Amino acid sequence: MRRLDAGGAVDRGVRLRFTFDGREQEGLAGDTLASALLANGLGGAFRSPVLGRPRGVMAAGPEEPCAFVELSAPWFDLIAPATMVPLVGGLEATARGGLARLPGADRPARPSRHRHVHVETLVVGAGIAGLRAAREAAGRGDRVLVVDERSWLGGMARSTETVDGLPAWEWVEQAATELRGAAEVTVLRDAAALGVYDAGYVVVHERGGQADRLWHVRAGRVVLATGAHERPIAFAGNDRPGVMLSGAVLTYLDRFGVLPAERALVFTTNDAGYDAARALRSAGALVVAVADVRREAAAQDQARADGFEVLGGTVVAATDGRAAVDAAVVVGPDGARTRLEADLVAVSGGWNPVTQLHRAIGGGLRYAADRSCFVPDGGPAWITPAGAASGEVPAAEPCWYVPADDYAEHFVDLQRDQTVADVADALGAGLRSVEHVKRATFIGTAVDQGRASGALAAEIVNQLLGTDPGAQGPSGARPPWSPAAYHLVGGPFGGALFDPVRETPMHPSHVRRGAVFEDVGQWKRPWYFPRDGESMRDAVLRECAAVRTGVGIIDATTLGKIEVVGPDAAAFLDRMYSNAMSTLRVGRIRYGLMLGLDGMVFDDGVAMRLADDRYLVSTTTGAAARVLDRFEEWLQTEWPHLRVYCTSVTEQWAAVAVAGPRSRELLRAVGTDLDVSREALPFMAWRDGEVAGVPARLARVSFSGELAFEVHVAGWHGLGVWEALLDAGARFGVTPYGTETMHVLRAEKGFVMVGQDTDGTVTADDLGMSWIVNLRKGDFVGRRSLTRSDLVRPDRKQLVGLLPVDPGALLPDGAQLVAAEHADAHSRVPMLGHVTSSYESATLGRTFALALLAGGRDRLGETVYARAPAVGVVGGIAATVTEPIFYDPEGVRRDS
Amino acid sequence: MLLVPCPWCGPRDEVEFAYGGQAGIAYPADPDALSDEAWADYLFMRDNPKGPFAERWCHTSGCRRWFDLVRDTATSVFVGDGTPEVG
Repeated sequence: MRRLDAGGAVDRGVRLRFTFDGREQEGLAGDTLASALLANGLGGAFRSPVLGRPRGVMAAGPEEPCAFVELSAPWFDLIAPATMVPLVGGLEATARGGLARLPGADRPARPSRHRHVHVETLVVGAGIAGLRAAREAAGRGDRVLVVDERSWLGGMARSTETVDGLPAWEWVEQAATELRGAAEVTVLRDAAALGVYDAGYVVVHERGGQADRLWHVRAGRVVLATGAHERPIAFAGNDRPGVMLSGAVLTYLDRFGVLPAERALVFTTNDAGYDAARALRSAGALVVAVADVRREAAAQDQARADGFEVLGGTVVAATDGRAAVDAAVVVGPDGARTRLEADLVAVSGGWNPVTQLHRAIGGGLRYAADRSCFVPDGGPAWITPAGAASGEVPAAEPCWYVPADDYAEHFVDLQRDQTVADVADALGAGLRSVEHVKRATFIGTAVDQGRASGALAAEIVNQLLGTDPGAQGPSGARPPWSPAAYHLVGGPFGGALFDPVRETPMHPSHVRRGAVFEDVGQWKRPWYFPRDGESMRDAVLRECAAVRTGVGIIDATTLGKIEVVGPDAAAFLDRMYSNAMSTLRVGRIRYGLMLGLDGMVFDDGVAMRLADDRYLVSTTTGAAARVLDRFEEWLQTEWPHLRVYCTSVTEQWAAVAVAGPRSRELLRAVGTDLDVSREALPFMAWRDGEVAGVPARLARVSFSGELAFEVHVAGWHGLGVWEALLDAGARFGVTPYGTETMHVLRAEKGFVMVGQDTDGTVTADDLGMSWIVNLRKGDFVGRRSLTRSDLVRPDRKQLVGLLPVDPGALLPDGAQLVAAEHADAHSRVPMLGHVTSSYESATLGRTFALALLAGGRDRLGETVYARAPAVGVVGGIAATVTEPIFYDPEGVRRDS
Repeated sequence: MLLVPCPWCGPRDEVEFAYGGQAGIAYPADPDALSDEAWADYLFMRDNPKGPFAERWCHTSGCRRWFDLVRDTATSVFVGDGTPEVG
């Protein structure tokens, strides 16, 4: 292995220092890491992952199955084929035998940017065929994007070839110059198409020196000029360093000026092997012989005339050597075995068109017997395979593995250390499908995804089963084509950009007061407001007591708000809610329940009638978008004749709930021109006026069971009104409270939380809320389902209260409820229901819970047991079944 | 990612849309007249063909309009350009 004095596309004037396995090395500008290693005699410096056998560089492209490295500088990469790493100064690489090792410490990911482009034509692969297609498309005036995963343009074109009468590399240079000069053409190198998806959507990974870029391309037409990969042949010791694909030998000689060997043996099934033989000899190597599987071929006669030793009908049966090949055994047509000294076996088993991207989007395959390979067949009309990828590859004799007595060293997938013997074992176990053999042997599942081994493994299966070549093709292909790290896919969309964060206008005040937030959908809501050193439990008990005995305020801005407007608004809402909204008078408010078509509880909220043709309905925080979607869907698709418009106004209004026996006092203290007396503003009524000096809508609603008001003001007044309420209430201890306290207070009253006490399988009747279902008002969504036999079963789970027998025992949320005799059973026992909400109550001085319990309303007074092994509650916690209301059952406090 | 031909906005990425299942399943004129079986059939049963399938889409992140399209479920290719039929 050595660098030649001349030749190649490397710059001998620019030397680059790098380290490999901790040792200083030197390469040239234009090298890949693999070519630099070969030039330095390190081509065989790898080990196989399972068996630990010496391995060397075998290919010159992405199909490389042996020479993997971890990169630690100038960027980090867990695992990459050395053949695809462009050499840069300061590169630090460590050999990896095809298995990555997770770094002990966090490695900073390279920045990743995303870019979206639309083009008429995307060309994948910038070899001769790809560049031709790009020129054609550019000539038509298309916007064109050309991508190639390699660092150079021209693909596998050899410097000695001619294209259109020009030396190939000159032709490439001309084409590239022409394309770069065109206004609507972009040419990317080091850019791999990871996947081709529906309707011309292609994802491209561009590897930059300092950053990665993920291109989202929408193309009218995709030309797949992805070339062909040379197929190895399985023979004993075909994994030894020194066994290389013939095209790789050519590439290292022609493009990198690296001679991989001094004494070469060529093993071929097609004419390509002779190109390698000639190039090796021109570079000064001795070509010991060309072993050609074919008995006769024109290329053999020509080579003999040129002085090569050509062995027709001959195979390489085995290699020999310690760390690398130093000899090989050939077997002639008469069965005679001859040992030849050689330090390189250049193998060409034929060529596989690279069809993986095409197959993954529905492209088919057809076996081409003359070329002993699969070629693309059918697929989406907007994809055009071109060049070698379309099947323009040399004719080749089929030869998958060389017969032997023992196949334990006939390697098929070198990265998985799997051999012909392993394939035979899988078939011996009864497997017949290539897909099953893949999963039994893991052939084709490593980093290289079977580029070198997939088609070979399929043909070995065919041959061992006695079926024709091509009877089964390679196992399915799917994206990504080359490994894509999560940080690449995530791009900049992490951290603050991961998901929008919604904050209410009062948020700055909550932060100043040290609120602990919880995420409710995209909203940040104060969960509780701990005072100095206060635990969550203590804070919630304090906040609950404040609302029950004094006054508290909670930011209720996040509740969804939708204005429903139009002459048919009332009729429309009657169809959407289980109760009647048309009978609601202007100035009044009504609680409403929405059902799914299947009769299950969908969402709840209150509706205010603002005018005859105008309602403001509220939704739960998490369901605001879903409810609006649903309104619009029914209006557009079923009732387009209803004259109704729906507008989301969630963000236009800030809302504060003022709750507690002193809430009226607080409103008066903060200042309002409204009469807030019980007579003037009764429960479930609203009035427009001023609060704290700004226009406000004041509503008497209560989710805590206490006397309570909701103050709605324009969003930009939210912070000011919130602060004004805190200031005005300071002298009577106004307490800001969070969602946890809100949950405890509503649960004490038995008010359900849709989505917590319900899960899409719960009806209004299950919740004991039949009173809100008006079957006489006419049809509404979900009505017909309510009489389905399953919905009227008496043993349905029903909402009940639970009081743990030990008043200090907190039932875990979600705990399963079982009967007494199953309290500590270790086998499978019937589940009677589950805990939906469970809290410690300051008011009750004990714990309590809500639960869904089979036939629960007939079990009042019974004892059930709550079990939650996942959180350590193995023996059941005893609890008494009660009505699901624990506080002020007569509802006198809200009207005080 | 599909390219959905919105009849109002033109072709847009699939992420802008919500899928609405099979098209042409009208809400029964008189649900009370249906047997439990017929109601369950309306509620739960949908076709699942391999080949052309008329389905509902909503351009939720665009014009918010519901419309019908025919898509070949084997190839995910939309049939026609999404222009709504008149009449």
